[in-house]
Amino acid sequence: MSEFILGIETSCDETAAAVLEKGCIIRSNVVASQVTLHAPYGGIVPELASRRHLENVLPVVIQALRQAEVQLPDLGAISVTAGPGLVGSLLVGTSMAKSLAYALGIPLVAVNHLEGHIRAIFLEHPELTYPYVALVVSGGHTHLYYVPEEYIYRLLGRTRDDAAGEAFDKVAKLLGLGYPGGPAIERAGAGGNPKAIAFPRSYSGNGSLDFSFSGLKTAVLYYLEGLGYKIQRSGETKFLPPELVADIAASFQQAIVEVLTRNVIKAAKAKKARLVILAGGVACNQLLRQHLRKGAEEEGLEVLFPSPSLCTDNAAMVAAAGYRRLLRGERAGLDLNASANLPLC
Amino acid sequence: MLIEKAYEYTSISKSPRETTRLGRALGSLLQAGDVVCLIGDLGSGKTCLAQGIAQGLEIDPSQGVTSPTFTLIHEFLGRLPLYHFDLYRLGGPEELWDLGPEEYFYGQGVTVIEWAEKARGIVPGERLDIELKRLGEKEREIKLVPHGPRFQALLGEILENPLIRRHKKV
Repeated sequence: MSEFILGIETSCDETAAAVLEKGCIIRSNVVASQVTLHAPYGGIVPELASRRHLENVLPVVIQALRQAEVQLPDLGAISVTAGPGLVGSLLVGTSMAKSLAYALGIPLVAVNHLEGHIRAIFLEHPELTYPYVALVVSGGHTHLYYVPEEYIYRLLGRTRDDAAGEAFDKVAKLLGLGYPGGPAIERAGAGGNPKAIAFPRSYSGNGSLDFSFSGLKTAVLYYLEGLGYKIQRSGETKFLPPELVADIAASFQQAIVEVLTRNVIKAAKAKKARLVILAGGVACNQLLRQHLRKGAEEEGLEVLFPSPSLCTDNAAMVAAAGYRRLLRGERAGLDLNASANLPLC
Repeated sequence: MLIEKAYEYTSISKSPRETTRLGRALGSLLQAGDVVCLIGDLGSGKTCLAQGIAQGLEIDPSQGVTSPTFTLIHEFLGRLPLYHFDLYRLGGPEELWDLGPEEYFYGQGVTVIEWAEKARGIVPGERLDIELKRLGEKEREIKLVPHGPRFQALLGEILENPLIRRHKKV
């Protein structure tokens, strides 16, 4: 196998391609974001997403090759996200990957998007040891895994209703802060008081490590209504004073971060894992990073998170995960299909 | 000849648990090709009701019926397949077309659509609309509005279901 692997990722709103050398050296990592396209809608519009992936995928792959200074015949394998995600979007990536693998006569490997997020950390810390606990937290996912050894993922907890990133998006919309909600809440909350409002911290009982963020979103809504504000049909609130927005954003963020941190630490202790990995778009959140680091240090745990560009959706993580699976002899056939609910286990 | 026709049914739910129970009673009666539209503001209990419907369709809780806001459609397999839509992020009906919604609506499973008001003109004429309204912190008004003979009949069955006897008819 040649030393270059091309990764392709189109599971949600980013069209991404990356070239890795020897499975760990990032030669290029190109992401065409659809955020501007989706901003007016306050979220991902799937029909727009798949159409835009189709327009983007070829230029993004070409750019990834060009930046890596690699030609198509130099590639040794192709790794692609096969799920979970929007089927229409995933299909653009898998079709591109299959066509290239067939035309070049090189191996194809399918990767689970969540494994990609977890694997991103290995690009910066290749020497990691098992076991560890990993939290993948993004717009569509809040999944807590125990990873006793490579390729084994045991789901310890997940959200019972809204994903953490979704709660950020919905509350950002309530506060009129725009999309994506994570960075918007973080910016708005910077000057606010995180203790101003005691929003509920929802923990599942019976030793469960599941999350629930739906009630937190509703609590923000009640708080606004309690102050006499009228929520629009669209889910936005008008004429909020900036100091109030700052306090709500800071207090909301504090609540969500505390819940995430508590469950992660609890999981690590229960599983006697010394290492905690934070992954996914919400892992960019500075408060979450600080809070988790502090909580982990108190328990004598090590905590690692990828650089922000490797936290949000990207293809380097897909190439990294695919490379390891190729070494293990895994191959995907040209009948590879995208799966919206692909489980990681 | 006395024919009692139920055109609408309004019940008051006192808690998320009660909302789920109503969903479960409804889910146990649903058949392949049924379409249920959930209409209501943020936090009105749509996902909660959908989780109940999933229970009624005997979907294994390990499949995790969560909010599909981000991924738009979640598919589950129980006694029948459940297609759980969430159109929160959609701008309007035209944006639904390319997803091939008719393949779900007229397929082998049950379709439940959150924020269905964004799919006006695309959802089938024969369907069950459920309008949810927040009355208090935990209290919700849940109004079932059947469209077409299939759902008129279904409403009759729901009213006879002992699981929801405690819900008052208004």
